[in-house]
Amino acid sequence: MATVNAPAPVTRPPLPTDVVQMTRVTKYELINYVRSLRFTILLLITVIILGALTGVTAYYRPPALLVNGLAFYGTWWTVITFLVALCAALFGGDAISGEFQNKTGYFLFGHPVRRSSVFLGKMIAAFLASAAVIFFYVAVTVANGWYYTGIPPVQFWESVSFTLIYLLGALGFTFMFSSLFKSGALSIIVTLVLLLFGFTIIDEVVTDLAHYEPWFSIVYAGGIISNVLTVPFPAHFTSTMIRMGRFHLTVTTYNATIPEGIAIMLIYAVLGTIAGYFLFRGEDFT
Amino acid sequence: MSDLSIDTSNLTKNFGSFTAVSNLTLSFRGTKCVGFLGPNGAGKTTTLKMLTGMVHPSSGSARINGIDVQAEKKQALYPCGVLIESPEIYPALTPREALSYIAELHGIPASETPGRIRSVLDQVRMTDWVDKRTGKFSKGMKQRVNIAASLMSDPDILILDEPSTGLDPRGMAEVRTIILELKKQQKLIFMSSHLLGEVADFCDEVAMIDQGRLLIYDTIESVVQRVSGQGAAVEIDLASSDLTGVQEKIQTIPGVDRVEHVDARTFLIRFSGGLPMQQRLLEQLVAAHIGIISYKPSSGMARLEDAYLNLIKGGY
Repeated sequence: MATVNAPAPVTRPPLPTDVVQMTRVTKYELINYVRSLRFTILLLITVIILGALTGVTAYYRPPALLVNGLAFYGTWWTVITFLVALCAALFGGDAISGEFQNKTGYFLFGHPVRRSSVFLGKMIAAFLASAAVIFFYVAVTVANGWYYTGIPPVQFWESVSFTLIYLLGALGFTFMFSSLFKSGALSIIVTLVLLLFGFTIIDEVVTDLAHYEPWFSIVYAGGIISNVLTVPFPAHFTSTMIRMGRFHLTVTTYNATIPEGIAIMLIYAVLGTIAGYFLFRGEDFT
Repeated sequence: MSDLSIDTSNLTKNFGSFTAVSNLTLSFRGTKCVGFLGPNGAGKTTTLKMLTGMVHPSSGSARINGIDVQAEKKQALYPCGVLIESPEIYPALTPREALSYIAELHGIPASETPGRIRSVLDQVRMTDWVDKRTGKFSKGMKQRVNIAASLMSDPDILILDEPSTGLDPRGMAEVRTIILELKKQQKLIFMSSHLLGEVADFCDEVAMIDQGRLLIYDTIESVVQRVSGQGAAVEIDLASSDLTGVQEKIQTIPGVDRVEHVDARTFLIRFSGGLPMQQRLLEQLVAAHIGIISYKPSSGMARLEDAYLNLIKGGY
């Protein structure tokens, strides 16, 4: 039988504000992320990509790559949207659904804390953990770029900023799916498929067959991340007719303008967050 | 702390066409321990989840200290310690970190947190594991940390859903000790359990539900008196095996309902009239000079079990 020592009595302090509680959720989610296997795997993938790029660049010294900063960063930076998709899916995919599936929500939600604080705290943690991976990629890219081509061009920093906005949009989108599904694996897979392949295929179909601008697509908006490193910035709309004997084919290309791309990504962030929160708020722990 | 209260008013939860809880109206006031009994699927856990904002009621309301849980969950749960089902703790966190997390959510000052953590982990005998990650813990160890988490804020109200779940016999005994200790600290405890012994041992009142409907809510003694099919009973052993006329003599004592011969020197006496009658019966048996050498009232658990089974099968 246990000998019970009554806990030292405490004067119950006032509850922290919602914002303070949100920062606490962020803090402990970050601890969770940093210690998780997925964070290690993401860092490992990043190291492998960076190692391959560093090795190839050092060994072959491709003239087209080293001609100037824009060419260098334009090449190295093409991988970044892939990394953002991985980060969003792995950090955000089961952030909410996992609370239901793994029953960790039962640990947290019996305490006086609003679901909004938990939702936003987790989202901020996912953003910070993803940003850590991205900045690691930025640091190694800049170190190489500086060595080969000198100070990074201003367009590179613009591209980094757009990447962070893209990450916000992707996380809003991911958290919406995470709130929608009670299975963490399902929300991770759906997010990955859409961000890596789904939107790209839809964009192609809509553009080529319907000649319609895919303004609804975050991947389309994310095109500004690489386009800003192209001089001049690609035209918003091009239409090329290709003749093949008696037939002809019209190839249509759309490129989001910078304001348009930023607006679409922010809309994804805001609407995804709002939709995700309301889905989460209405969910029962059953 | 005497104004502590838990109230539900016509609390109902439907999952599609299935009604898990139906028009449940309960009201507890003051400092006491209320047991919540019912068979599997009766709606106990769903009720507790609605009381803690984890499940949204289809209709009706739940209030803690007069504060509507759905409208103001944060304020309503402020004085509460809650343990619902067997939560999983974030596996990367140690008990120290998990409890610090809870302390920070409750706004417990950083200077007091280490002492609180030591104290609650000592209560659940987990101090040796304070810095080990919970991901590798057994179910019982996790449940101990969960109990510790529910005590972190020194709550005035405890809402516990089968707190002994997953614990070994020693752990179950320790949980009983903790709850008994909490009872002494003038708290309002609302606890569901499958273990009738647990409820009989330290609950003052009991609410029983089945198929989402409240069957009865009263003090344990009243429930036993009202519902038990056979009333209270005592078993007596006599020194002599010559029992001529003894059964008839006992039967004449006012309040005795029935006397059964158990074996050569033992009788089972069923009576009504609660504890006062139990005391009178003992006095009269001694006064009757029948050679009584032992007097064993049926346990609270046995009587509660009797009442429980009558209620559940009979749809009281």
